[in-house]
Amino acid sequence: MTREPRGVIATEAEAPLAAAPGRSLWQDAFARLRHNRAAMASAIVLIVIVVAAIVVPWISPYNYYTPQWALLDLPPTLRGWHIFGTDDLGRDLLVRVMWGCRISLMIGAVASVVSVGIGVFWGAVAGYVGGVVDSLMMRVVDILYSVPFIPFVIVLIVMFGRNLFLIFVAIGAVSWLDIARIVRGQTLSLRNKEFVEAARASGVRGPQIVWRHLIPNLVGIVVIYATLTAPAVILFEAFLSFLGLGVQAPMTSLGVLVSDGAGELQSFPYLLIIPAVFLAAIVYCLNFLGDGLRDALDPKDR
Amino acid sequence: MGGCGSAGREAALIQYTLRRLLGAIPTLLIIITLAFLLLHAAPGGPFDVQKRIPPAIEQNIERMYHLNEPLYEQYFRYLGDILRGNFGPSYQYRDTSVNQIISEGLPVDLVIGGLALLGSLLIGLPIGIVAALRRNTRWDYWPMGLAMVGISVPVFVVAPILILLFAVYLRWLPAGQWDNGSISHVILPAVALAGPYIAFVARLMRGSMVEVLNSPFILMARAKGLPEHRVVLRHAMKPALIPMVSFLGPAVVGVITGSIVIETIFGLPGIGRAFVDGALNRDYTLVLGVTILYGVLIVAFNLLADICYSLLDPRVRYQ
Repeated sequence: MTREPRGVIATEAEAPLAAAPGRSLWQDAFARLRHNRAAMASAIVLIVIVVAAIVVPWISPYNYYTPQWALLDLPPTLRGWHIFGTDDLGRDLLVRVMWGCRISLMIGAVASVVSVGIGVFWGAVAGYVGGVVDSLMMRVVDILYSVPFIPFVIVLIVMFGRNLFLIFVAIGAVSWLDIARIVRGQTLSLRNKEFVEAARASGVRGPQIVWRHLIPNLVGIVVIYATLTAPAVILFEAFLSFLGLGVQAPMTSLGVLVSDGAGELQSFPYLLIIPAVFLAAIVYCLNFLGDGLRDALDPKDR
Repeated sequence: MGGCGSAGREAALIQYTLRRLLGAIPTLLIIITLAFLLLHAAPGGPFDVQKRIPPAIEQNIERMYHLNEPLYEQYFRYLGDILRGNFGPSYQYRDTSVNQIISEGLPVDLVIGGLALLGSLLIGLPIGIVAALRRNTRWDYWPMGLAMVGISVPVFVVAPILILLFAVYLRWLPAGQWDNGSISHVILPAVALAGPYIAFVARLMRGSMVEVLNSPFILMARAKGLPEHRVVLRHAMKPALIPMVSFLGPAVVGVITGSIVIETIFGLPGIGRAFVDGALNRDYTLVLGVTILYGVLIVAFNLLADICYSLLDPRVRYQ
């Protein structure tokens, strides 16, 4: 009998509260972001790279794996449209670099989604529930902080084989700690806000409060950290590939291309420089975009 | 530090340190256990070879390394050994202990890492301070944009280009090898390793300096009519440097573990390289030993950084 009116009150109470501040915050932030020229330029460069990475391998007559023995180590040329040249097996570098961008961007995206997902869940629950649960969960984060992250991932990959999926999961699973801490802090301060109290007073249950009231308010900070986690993850994949622990030939990633290029730097510098420029551009733009988002969404800086 | 070192505060600090030290014990135990179980759960053993060896020899080898015992016995034996500071024999290099490998490799990492960190502070701090003082001018934009490049370009791109430039074309410095740490062999690796850290330090210092310069006590110092250099050096510097302390803990660990790539490129005999080789050759004891060493370093330096932080920042209160 008491359940029905409760539900009605809850939906009435939460609809305007969840929607109204959210929209104005985002409009505000977007306006500010648009004035940040560095961030906008970064966004445009990123979009161009993403589109090229999708389109180029699709329309190019070359693929990333078939050697052309007559065209080894061709410097960038218009002949046959090898505008980035060919590698030591005569494979078109443009297509290989675009495939590298695909893989690196995909690893960045998947691993950030995994780490943001775990981090938000962990932090929001710890911050909302509080007490013993909070201190236990944060103790786990503290301990994981002390785990030597690079060695662990290397051991994981060496011991259990190098598949792409494992690399995604391994990187994602160890990079959620910062997000968990930040989200917990935010949740702790949000938990005592009036609108949460109002929701609780009108009988909304705990999980529902976390899902409907807390997580939407954390979106800003989560977007920022996802943008900043992605470049870190992309660099880490490149690092693993450099050690020979990343994706396996003939598949390629920007890290593999860079490390192959480094070996032939003296005779064929373009093999290092072209993929390195793309890698740096992606990481650079994501970092700038993340910084821009932080400035745009940070209420302290208004 | 500072004049407010009352007896109560000191006692609280000692208590806090002790509590943190005690708290580090379970953390280390968990790291050791995790690493131990992970390695033993992995498919394939260190003595799997192509050619079949007679079972008697196999048994002898297993007995020698106690691999025939139940897992928990191996675990407690290993814990006991670690407590005595003994990481056991290497599976990969005969007649060599993990302790030997670590004690030979660690000095290399300490020299390169120490130089890199020192250099990044000497270069990064002034850049950050100037950028904060000349906020939103080209003295801010260009160095900070460049710092972002430093963060975005991986070490394994910078290092080969440095080698090409200074070792191959200009012939000023050797392209690799350790040569007992002679200065000319140390410069390039240290510079390559320092790159991203210069950028981190500069960005962090700019941020904290901007925050300090906006605070009321700086307004007060300026209102008194102090010259700008005195405001910056006497008043703003110290509080702005405090956040650097908590950066240094993880940074020390970062340069030590992060030197794996540097060691590979320059052919240096550090522990990072030994670790990767060990992992590829399933040298369990070596991998375990180095992982635990890294774990101890992380715990120790984070603890040290936290304690220094609370010593320097009078606002910190221990619950």
